[in-house]
Amino acid sequence: MIPPEFDYHAPTSVAEAISLLTNLGEDAKLLAGGHSLLPMMKLRFAEPAHLVDLSRIPQLKGIREESGLIKIGAMTIENDILDSALLKEKASLLPKAVQWIADPQVRNRGTIGGDIAHGDPANDHPAIAMALDATFVLHGPQGERKVKAIDFFQGTYMTDMAPNEILTEIQFVPLAKNTGCAYEKLKRKTGDWATAAAAVVLQMSQGKVSMVRIGLTNVADTALRATKAEELLIGKELNEETLSQAAAAVTEICNPAEDLRGDAEYKTAMAGEMTKRALLDAASQIS
Amino acid sequence: MSKKLVSMTINGKKVEEAVEPRLLLIHFLRENLNLTGAHIGCETGHCGACTVDIDGKSVKSCTVLAVQSDGADILTVEGLAKNGVLSAVQEGFHLEHGLQCGYCTPGMLVRSYRLLQDNPNPTEAEIRVGISGNLCRCTGYQNIVKAVQYAAKKLQETATV
Repeated sequence: MIPPEFDYHAPTSVAEAISLLTNLGEDAKLLAGGHSLLPMMKLRFAEPAHLVDLSRIPQLKGIREESGLIKIGAMTIENDILDSALLKEKASLLPKAVQWIADPQVRNRGTIGGDIAHGDPANDHPAIAMALDATFVLHGPQGERKVKAIDFFQGTYMTDMAPNEILTEIQFVPLAKNTGCAYEKLKRKTGDWATAAAAVVLQMSQGKVSMVRIGLTNVADTALRATKAEELLIGKELNEETLSQAAAAVTEICNPAEDLRGDAEYKTAMAGEMTKRALLDAASQIS
Repeated sequence: MSKKLVSMTINGKKVEEAVEPRLLLIHFLRENLNLTGAHIGCETGHCGACTVDIDGKSVKSCTVLAVQSDGADILTVEGLAKNGVLSAVQEGFHLEHGLQCGYCTPGMLVRSYRLLQDNPNPTEAEIRVGISGNLCRCTGYQNIVKAVQYAAKKLQETATV
């Protein structure tokens, strides 16, 4: 399978990339790791006339802590997130979750920014970003703007990003000490997308939930933040009754598409189950 | 569509050619350079038969454009043996019967080579995770794991001599 013809551009700065996008118009598409876009082009689901490759822009790569925030460049590859000592210490949800994304080779090309900006509800980073309460930094002709993860996703392959904008960075506050976190992903095999998955960030105080954020993968046309389930859990112990209540609130907001991974009813039930397991796993890390 | 000049180092040899942007790295290797070791399997980034090393990282060359690899240092299965002597992973696959039909083998070899460069003494579980991006429909993986374990041992023995 060979992709359709296109012109290739390899800018070396964000400003150059934005001016290329502005001049080339909507026929241009950004190329990150290419592990979603190139297969789609081979199948003629996407036929951009121009590809603007972001891989030669050094400032889009890397993980750092600065002014009380963890900042991850959009072109940082998954395996660098998996191996990051900083993230293992201060946001272990990311390395824990990334081990379930794709496979070793794909993680050498796939990027966190590509995973997010693609707008595919089956991708894992959107729900993880919601659980981390992350902010996305976008650059366009008018400069920089920031969008909360929870406000970014509008539908399948649709995001708040304009055609001439670039996602440059993912930012979030590091997780406080004694915060539990987990990503429970049900999948059929290595490299598969989730049948359903839940990302949880949890804090407990005197045996009761004091803070919780829940993100859900692949059970609607975007990743979801399960705010109603979160509200139900605040101030409660985690026991069979409260876990079931949270799972029920999660299943209420699911609207998955039926496919080979299962029908809507099964996927919805699994979203509830993954939420329960992630909550229990996160709670077990809290002393 | 204008061609782009790309230059890369492949198995230690400099290569320079003008290519169409849509040319995939696997096709560049196989069609343009006659390096037919890396195989085309699924063509969708799942099976790993096309695995090569790009700048010391295992990558599926069916899902990378040749133009994306401009300036890169690439290792294919043809670069593993030195002066007619099989590398440790190749010897392991031979002696432990790590292949049957052989279709996945070039990808398995290059991936195993990189796995042992990154982690010279892997556990069985680490080997299985390490090769999880490479599918084999014949062996059931058992002998592939043994082959990688053989190579790990051999590399450690030769390193300490």
